[in-house]
Amino acid sequence: MKAIYALYVRPDSAQRAVNALRSSGFKESDIAIVSSEPLEEYEFGQRDRETWMPVIAVFGGAIGLTTAYLLTSLTQMSWPLNTGGMPIVSLYANMVPLFELTMLGAVLATVATLVVTARLGRRGIEIYDKEVSDGKILIGIRNPPDEAIGDLEQAFGKAGVGVVKKIP
Amino acid sequence: MNPGTDKKLIEDLLHPLLHTSAKFYLAVAFFGSIVLVGFATWAYQVVNGIGVAGINSPVFWGFYLVNFVFWIGISHAGTLISAILRLCNATWRQPVTRCAEAITAFALMIGGMFPLIHLGRVWLFFWLIPYPSERALWPNFRSPLVWDFFAISTYLLASLLFLALPMIPDFALIRDKTTGLRSKIYGMLSMGWQGTPKQWHRLENAMHIMAIAILPIAISVHTVVSFDFSMAVVPGWHSTIFGPYFVTGAIFSGIAALIIAMAIIRRLLHLEEYLKPLHFQNLGKLMGTMSLLWMYFVFNERLTVWYGNESHEQGVFGAVQRGEYSPFFWTMVVLNFVIPIVILGIRRLRTITGTVVASIGIVIGMWLERFLIVVPSLSYKQLPYSWGTYTPEWPELTIMASTFAAIALLFILFAKFIPVISIWEVRVGTHPEMKAAETVAEGEAAGELV
Repeated sequence: MKAIYALYVRPDSAQRAVNALRSSGFKESDIAIVSSEPLEEYEFGQRDRETWMPVIAVFGGAIGLTTAYLLTSLTQMSWPLNTGGMPIVSLYANMVPLFELTMLGAVLATVATLVVTARLGRRGIEIYDKEVSDGKILIGIRNPPDEAIGDLEQAFGKAGVGVVKKIP
Repeated sequence: MNPGTDKKLIEDLLHPLLHTSAKFYLAVAFFGSIVLVGFATWAYQVVNGIGVAGINSPVFWGFYLVNFVFWIGISHAGTLISAILRLCNATWRQPVTRCAEAITAFALMIGGMFPLIHLGRVWLFFWLIPYPSERALWPNFRSPLVWDFFAISTYLLASLLFLALPMIPDFALIRDKTTGLRSKIYGMLSMGWQGTPKQWHRLENAMHIMAIAILPIAISVHTVVSFDFSMAVVPGWHSTIFGPYFVTGAIFSGIAALIIAMAIIRRLLHLEEYLKPLHFQNLGKLMGTMSLLWMYFVFNERLTVWYGNESHEQGVFGAVQRGEYSPFFWTMVVLNFVIPIVILGIRRLRTITGTVVASIGIVIGMWLERFLIVVPSLSYKQLPYSWGTYTPEWPELTIMASTFAAIALLFILFAKFIPVISIWEVRVGTHPEMKAAETVAEGEAAGELV
């Protein structure tokens, strides 16, 4: 991937760089932002906030509950055992497996949604520089047009003290 | 974050991972050999039969079940506290949560071993797992022991995920800070994490949802453990308050274990700058509250039994309050209530040393409480002709000692390969508004309500 990016120490500078890129006409999807910590206090850190994760977790819980109900009731009916005079399918006594599998379903659905939507397990999804681990914030443009490189370098420089790098 | 501070933070927290001293090998050898002795003793018991343990008729549940309840209780330290603090957005939680979550995972692994150790024929343990046998016969889902399987395995899996997810950004940091094989391994563990806003939002969403889910799971686990007792019509067990009583005791002992672990890693890994007196004071206040709540349940439980004056209950009650088990009972009350209330109630005593002293007493006191729940009730059941006694044998004592060594060993290995304090969460704690909230918290701790 061809790219140009700048590394900033201060989030204010990173925000200014993002603003400058937007006013230069770059689309939100062209701008790469990478940081070593969540920066929700800044507007650029608010990007991609919307998620269906809570709904998917509830759906996962419903699948867990249904599975648990079928597991307990069908197996109890297939080999009826009288236990202490309880009904063969006893909802009170089945409540614990029902509850635990409901919660397990919700937890597993949440983790699966995280892995898929955060694109974990895939390499090189975004421009990256090891200096991000030192606390620097990477702001960049993927596949910039050659004629825009000069303007981009200027925009990055105006935003604040930062190191501008290119991926050929 | 200030670049200088950030560099120091990374150096301090990655130091145990990147530098190995002789002390590490000595500690691993010491605790590892005790754990090996424990496994050898278990093997001896498997070969010679469960009769080598002290359990007998009528006391079929002895130290193994006492330790099962004790370790499951200790496991409530972490995930529950961490989840509550996350949901409350407590600003001082950042350095505490990972340590707390690790205790949960390790204590659950150890606690979950005891039902297996207690089995005479451990090779048949899979009969607890819900699968159809060749005659399509499934486990009885109405049995509290099968409930245990569901509750503990759900809690263990959820706790491991709750511990592992916030490690991903730290694994990415270690990947970038190391070279060679180490960098490759941490690279795989980081699952390609980069730190885009989308990844941060999804991680925080996931942690929030899991914190909400894990609270009722944690409460259900110890309630289900209490059901192992309260569902049986045995004097001293068949009580409606056993669920909340067990949960309270579990959180109480869990906080104590967390304070001890934090104090040890603070000293050994030189993390004084991150694990501050404020953390011990706040956890100490929480522990003091739990001490009061615990005493409230003990009083309720005892008064009801004494007032009811039913003959079959009085055998157990007399043995615990005035008879052969009374030294254990009164020691438990002193360790779990008298000493903690004095230490944690007086601001000057609520220091790191003070909270650690109170915590050591509480861990011992809570073990005694588990012993007093399990053994006297089985010794004094309804019919006096079946009364008996119990003395643990060396295999039970050895295996119990090895579990304490096991948690120490697991923690040492954990601290060697994973930062015991979440680096990215500490970074978040330095953001201006977080810093302001922490200053307020420190101010409150300095001139607080006593």
